Amino acid sequence: MWQWLKQLYHRLGSPKWFYEITGKWIPWLAVLSVLGCVAGLVLGLAYAPADYLQGNSFRIIYIHVPAAIIAQSAYVMMAVAGAVYLVWKMKMAAWVAKVIAPIGASFCLIALFTGAIWGKPTWGTWWVWDARLTSMLMLLFLYFGVIALQQAMDSEESGFKAAAILALVGLVNIPIIKYSVEWWNTLHQPATLKLTEKPSMATEMLIPLLIMIFTTYLFFALLIILRTRNEILWHERKRSWVKEILEH
Amino acid sequence: MSLVTATIKRDLLLAARNPGEWLNPLMFFLMVAALFPLAVDPDPKFLSKIAGGVIWVAALLATLLSLDALYKADVEDGSLEQWLASGESLYGMALGKALVHWCISGLPLTIMSPVLGLMLSLPADAYAALLLSLLVGTPVLSLLGAVGAALTAGVRSGGLLLSLLILPLYIPVLIFSASAVYHAGIGMDYNGQIGFLGALLALAACLTPFAAAAALKLNLSR
Amino acid sequence: MPASTGPTTIDLEARQLCCERDDRVLFEGLDLRLQDGDLLQLAGPNGAGKTTLLRLLAGLNRDYDGELLWHGQPLYDDYSAYAALRLYQGHLAAVKKALTPLENLRWLVSNWPVEDDDLWQALDEVELGGYEETPCQQLSAGQQRRVALARLCIAPAPLWILDEPFTALDKKGVSWLEKRMQQHVEQGGAVIITSHHALENIASLRQLELGSVRA
Repeated sequence: MWQWLKQLYHRLGSPKWFYEITGKWIPWLAVLSVLGCVAGLVLGLAYAPADYLQGNSFRIIYIHVPAAIIAQSAYVMMAVAGAVYLVWKMKMAAWVAKVIAPIGASFCLIALFTGAIWGKPTWGTWWVWDARLTSMLMLLFLYFGVIALQQAMDSEESGFKAAAILALVGLVNIPIIKYSVEWWNTLHQPATLKLTEKPSMATEMLIPLLIMIFTTYLFFALLIILRTRNEILWHERKRSWVKEILEH
Repeated sequence: MSLVTATIKRDLLLAARNPGEWLNPLMFFLMVAALFPLAVDPDPKFLSKIAGGVIWVAALLATLLSLDALYKADVEDGSLEQWLASGESLYGMALGKALVHWCISGLPLTIMSPVLGLMLSLPADAYAALLLSLLVGTPVLSLLGAVGAALTAGVRSGGLLLSLLILPLYIPVLIFSASAVYHAGIGMDYNGQIGFLGALLALAACLTPFAAAAALKLNLSR
Repeated sequence: MPASTGPTTIDLEARQLCCERDDRVLFEGLDLRLQDGDLLQLAGPNGAGKTTLLRLLAGLNRDYDGELLWHGQPLYDDYSAYAALRLYQGHLAAVKKALTPLENLRWLVSNWPVEDDDLWQALDEVELGGYEETPCQQLSAGQQRRVALARLCIAPAPLWILDEPFTALDKKGVSWLEKRMQQHVEQGGAVIITSHHALENIASLRQLELGSVRA
């Protein structure tokens, strides 16, 4: 097991290996995310029953919830990749962390935007200082900080390191921010989906949501892979294997 | 005398020689608080309700103003290089610098806050909570802010960037301290909030110097 | 081990040192050894990596391949012990303009046990006598550098690592510093410096030409 992990680590650290293996994954990921998206949306929009309280407006959760989940886990991934870079100086990790930041921020924006749209029929106004929306806004600010810091540094390398440190500080802070915001505002509705307890949603509503969450993860992975491959080509442009690829 | 204590002494001496360094943010603190009655409503009833929050927002912004200079000069004139060359732990150094920052920023803000309380008709019951929350909360601001200052010390116009990085991290402190002052004002118990601030302070004192030390090294590895 | 008369206080060694910056190899396969009484001048054109090598040897930068040894042990095994024995002076003087030379020097040597009386004496020696309590902003650039260099008179560090120490010094200052280095080396200390300044009149001088190490 340990040997296997070690091997995997060394392989992941090799840009060439990553580039070659992910090249084979791209079509699968693309097809699966399109299929999953179609299936999830058809099930969610056409087959799931309307909510007895919110009517049809609840259906935006099929975008909102996956985006919010991805936005949060992307931050964790970014911080972990940053930590791997800081500790083991693995360049691949720095590139992945750099690539995740704008993607995570985009999902965060999508979650906020759909949250606002959801808010209009539910609360009668576009923006309410609801605990989860506020936490999402703070998460967006944290993303902005990481992106801004990375771009402000003179050398790319210190930009990576600085952004990684900030992401780690942010990671420790996220639960504290979340807790304090929730404490501050206890008027929010209970979280739509909790993994630890029995979901309060009807099964017909839940299945499309799970499909959408899974699909969004696939799509997220696809985005990371595509953009990381760009980073690899750019940073390794002087290596012979990249030159060979570019000539074809 | 170790380098850390020598640096704390030197920085306090520097602050005494350049009083503007800590007086200007204090003036800013006063002015920001004066804007609210002018811009919103001078009615004492209304003011007394928002006083705690306004004072805390002003304190937070004033803290940010003085943070930018915390490490900048040390990076530019080579002091930072000398710390690293000394072999002294950067953790202790980062903690020492945060302490210095609190002495020239958080402490004066705390001492001056009752004046702002008067201007903003803070309820009489809330003064103790205001002082206590500032006393426990502002060190957290200094500790967290020092990380941002260390990260942006080598960036040319780092001041704005610093605010961008640090403000979201200040949210929990702001929420709990403003709420402590508000609850004290309406005659409710505020021990929970102060306790939470204390926990934040303990956590920040343990962890932020690691991050600040790592960030400081970045400014040297060229 | 080379034959030596007794235990040396200084034994800094680099083995197969290699350093890259921004995908450019500055030097590789670099071997050097420095012991009591050595004076090593790093020479080479701008951008050859003199300052980088100096910072590696000083322990300020750990981004290298190869080995750096202090008495046969990796330098970073006991960095603070090494740091107490070596004095590093970079491009920057680490002098605060609002403070006096005396206050600045006191901070600069706070790593070592130094008496306050010695500070006055050291400032006197670098010809800052009478300026001890004048804020440094009123002093010239050369005088500010002398504040930092005054450390060389009092810090009990046998190994000096100096980056372009002659910058901004006048003729008198240059000859003072040359003499001070010679004395230090004769007393068994060691010096590594980068400088474009010719140091021919010091007997034990060794030069390492960077930029030529690469084949």
